[in-house]
Amino acid sequence: MARIIVVTSGKGGVGKTTTSAAFAAGLAKAGHKTVVIDFDVGLRNLDLVMGCERRVVYDFVNVINGDANLNQALIKDKRLDNLYILPASQTRDKEALTQEGVGRVLEELAESFEYIICDSPAGIERGALMAAYYADDAIIVANPEVSSVRDSDRIIGILGSKTRRAERNEEPVALKLLLTRYAPSRVQKGEMLSVDDICEILAIELLGVIPESKAVLAASNAGIPVILDTESDAGQAYEDAVARYLGEDRPHRFLSEKKGFFGRLFGS
Amino acid sequence: MPSISQPIADATPAFELKGRMLTLSVLRPLITDHNQLAAQLDARMASMPELFRHLPVVLDLEAVRGQPLALAELVDCLRQRGLIPVGVRAGDEADEAAAVAAGLGVIQLGAEPTRRPEPAREPPPNAGLVITQPVRSGQQIYARDGDLVVLASVSPGAEVLADGHIHVYGTLRGRALAGVQGNSNARIFCQNLEAELISIAGVYRISENIQETGRGRPVQIFLDGEALRVQSL
Repeated sequence: MARIIVVTSGKGGVGKTTTSAAFAAGLAKAGHKTVVIDFDVGLRNLDLVMGCERRVVYDFVNVINGDANLNQALIKDKRLDNLYILPASQTRDKEALTQEGVGRVLEELAESFEYIICDSPAGIERGALMAAYYADDAIIVANPEVSSVRDSDRIIGILGSKTRRAERNEEPVALKLLLTRYAPSRVQKGEMLSVDDICEILAIELLGVIPESKAVLAASNAGIPVILDTESDAGQAYEDAVARYLGEDRPHRFLSEKKGFFGRLFGS
Repeated sequence: MPSISQPIADATPAFELKGRMLTLSVLRPLITDHNQLAAQLDARMASMPELFRHLPVVLDLEAVRGQPLALAELVDCLRQRGLIPVGVRAGDEADEAAAVAAGLGVIQLGAEPTRRPEPAREPPPNAGLVITQPVRSGQQIYARDGDLVVLASVSPGAEVLADGHIHVYGTLRGRALAGVQGNSNARIFCQNLEAELISIAGVYRISENIQETGRGRPVQIFLDGEALRVQSL
């Protein structure tokens, strides 16, 4: 049975699409057949971050409306065999996402994929609600600042009440926190909230902390999921997070300032 | 020639049936032994026999309800003394059947004991509302008629309300309004006060006006006259 993961945040610009791309690539790299769906209808971006923008023919809304079948719309990643992308429509709006239509597409994907990642748009309106409705797991992406944390808190509340699992009184959606753009030096100066502060407020499992890194922007612009940049700290942090998601126990790195080269080689 | 069975269309009304309030004498047996009752009745009647002659009486059986009563014998001994029993009231089913058999009516009065409703039971004491999950931004929880107990934190942007007390065993960062129906004895208790707003019975204080001394520690908040007081626990 496929696992449906929603990547969401409430707030915009915190790294949902970067995380969706990295997570999808990470799961595929670990040998799991994975598809990542862009729910941001009208503001399509995932195709750029995944580097497949020139191969989009049909999109998610076409499949919902029956204009195309899934095989026509799915784009196979060129780097990873197990990875597929279902892009959003750029010319439509979120109203095109119907609960019934989304459910039908997810059901069909579940027949052939192990993991279905839903890249949620920002906000708490239709697009975000549709991305979250069928989720089994939720990755809450937050930045270490108060507005992001509050929006995450809001979306966690919504996941607890407006998803299929909530409506059916099933086991609630599993909530996992991913902190992005974390800069330990600025935390020390008191310019950013610390991991501990955020975990205390949100009170959910911490999946990973992705350090603020130039590699993220560089990878996005190049259309490569940052997790494939194994040299970068952000790429390694995402890899840890994926491993933790798959049940591995890995210590959190990057919670303090980078050590020098030798420190990293020989330090704990 | 009109036949007797033919309906008479323009006949004058033969009777009227009306409800009337009448005053009737009520005889209330206090014991079931009709011989003893008859003896006492004779003694009473001896002083003023005329008063009792052809007096219609209703038998009120409330006092002997549920006890075995020989109603037919009682009716006979009343008739022998010139009284005219016309009906019974407040008897049990057996009494009513015996009354009908003896040619008496059964009189229903308002508020018969058999039809008295069960005394309204006291509502069970309100155990309040217990919330074990964090109260998230945008959520609102209201404990009507009772206390609210939150075993986790209340996030900024969340609102908790109660007609009674509010207990927060995590950090209170949102808004807390106790005694919202006007109960000025309601209090707010929390492990860690970081609230955006606190209010008791409509008297409120916003975050800005909560003194630093009260923040970040376990406190109780209550109304002291017209003023909200924040006191360390």
